[in-house]
Amino acid sequence: MKVAFQLLRPAAREALRGRWLIGLAVALAVTGELLIRFGGGGATTVISLLDVALIVTPLAAVVVGTMQVHNAREVTELFLAQPIARGRLFTGLYLGTALPLAAALTLGLLAPFAWHGLLATPVAGALWALGGVTCTLALIGTALAFVIALRADDRVRALGIALAGWLACAVLWDGIVLLVALMLGTRAVDTGLLIALAFNPIDVARVLLLLGTDGAALFGYTGAVVQHTLGTTTGHLVLLTALLLWLALPLGFAARTFHRKDF
Amino acid sequence: MIATAGVAKSFGRRAVLLDLDTRVVSGRVTALVGPNGAGKTTFLKLLLGLARPDAGEITIAGRVLDGSPEYRAAIGYMPQMARFPAHLSGRELLATLVSLRPDGAAPDVALATAFDLGDAFMRPLGTLSGGTRQRINAVLALAFRPDLIILDEPTAGLDPLASRVLKDRILAERAAGRTVLITSHALPELEELADDVLFLADGTAKWQGAASALKISTGQGTLERAVAQLLAGRPVLAAA
Repeated sequence: MKVAFQLLRPAAREALRGRWLIGLAVALAVTGELLIRFGGGGATTVISLLDVALIVTPLAAVVVGTMQVHNAREVTELFLAQPIARGRLFTGLYLGTALPLAAALTLGLLAPFAWHGLLATPVAGALWALGGVTCTLALIGTALAFVIALRADDRVRALGIALAGWLACAVLWDGIVLLVALMLGTRAVDTGLLIALAFNPIDVARVLLLLGTDGAALFGYTGAVVQHTLGTTTGHLVLLTALLLWLALPLGFAARTFHRKDF
Repeated sequence: MIATAGVAKSFGRRAVLLDLDTRVVSGRVTALVGPNGAGKTTFLKLLLGLARPDAGEITIAGRVLDGSPEYRAAIGYMPQMARFPAHLSGRELLATLVSLRPDGAAPDVALATAFDLGDAFMRPLGTLSGGTRQRINAVLALAFRPDLIILDEPTAGLDPLASRVLKDRILAERAAGRTVLITSHALPELEELADDVLFLADGTAKWQGAASALKISTGQGTLERAVAQLLAGRPVLAAA
């Protein structure tokens, strides 16, 4: 672990001096500020911000992650030529990319609520959940980006695959699932929908958050199904497990790829 | 210092090294030469463990490479015209390398003084010229008093003065008993450095031995002309 933290400091320095991570945090903070001013800082504001976070976080993570792997290619080779094991180096490189990103996104999202003193109001629980899920999604997106970038040596190709994956999860997946559900009729929706949901980390994150914000009711029938089936302690645990699997599996896969890769 | 036996490496379907048998002798400067695509960089990467051979065995300083990282503590590597993190300074990158090493010994930065790097060592690498970055690259490679020094095109982008400083340092390292493996496209650069020549082509070592022997066996007066003759594929007397 020591090596991992030794790499974290220069990586965080590099990311902060690159400024655009700060830009991202500021953009999110401005968005939050506007939503609070126009929406009043209640549950609806949190849900609007939730939608922003669920789109922006995975996008930022896959872009930052793939670019980072390719930009750091030469310095990675220099590190690999040092007397340290690959596994430790991987941990350092991953955390050095994922943690500054997760921190920037979470701080950007929560900062406006903090300075409006909303972190101790009834929406506080939902806000902390939003922060936590944003962090987790950033870690998941970065892990997936590492898998893609370590396997696709061409940087444009890696970025293309990453963006296509993001588009599929953030936009296409829900449309396809809805279409299939419509074609199959209502009887198959309950379980089928929930299984389909587990295959998309953004959906898992969304449902997990909606269950915590009374927002499920806003999503009509589907929301009701989800609320009914998953709005229990077991449901929460299943969703959390699904989300953690979405982190552990790609991360393990990326670590294995890094371990075996020819640089 | 280095011995390889039957080393083979392919990337996908492209076979880069086939049955490579080489020896790099301790305490000498070996020039690694060969046409583009001969497998020079792949050879260096195998030595550093950046890539692993499909077959064969590599021994460095009496240790057979098996994937454990410790042997690299004694190797200094200068990659080819590397672009390092743009917002870090050379000093920060050096501090990172120090922190990655188990011994934590203070680095030797005499070369930074010899290069007259001054405050360029404190400035973000992205703001420096290619030649200045290359000088920092050399400082990093030699900072940990390595027994084996691997230099990939070290003088590319260096001005004559810096190139002179680096060559003096390489000769000083040799005098101290260190082993140096160096690739360069500028063969006249290697003339005064190379004791031995390792000529790779088509994935095998086509010729290896003393530079003086190569000149004699090709009947050429300079290393550049002797290697050109090897490259042209003209028959050469066997190495002594």
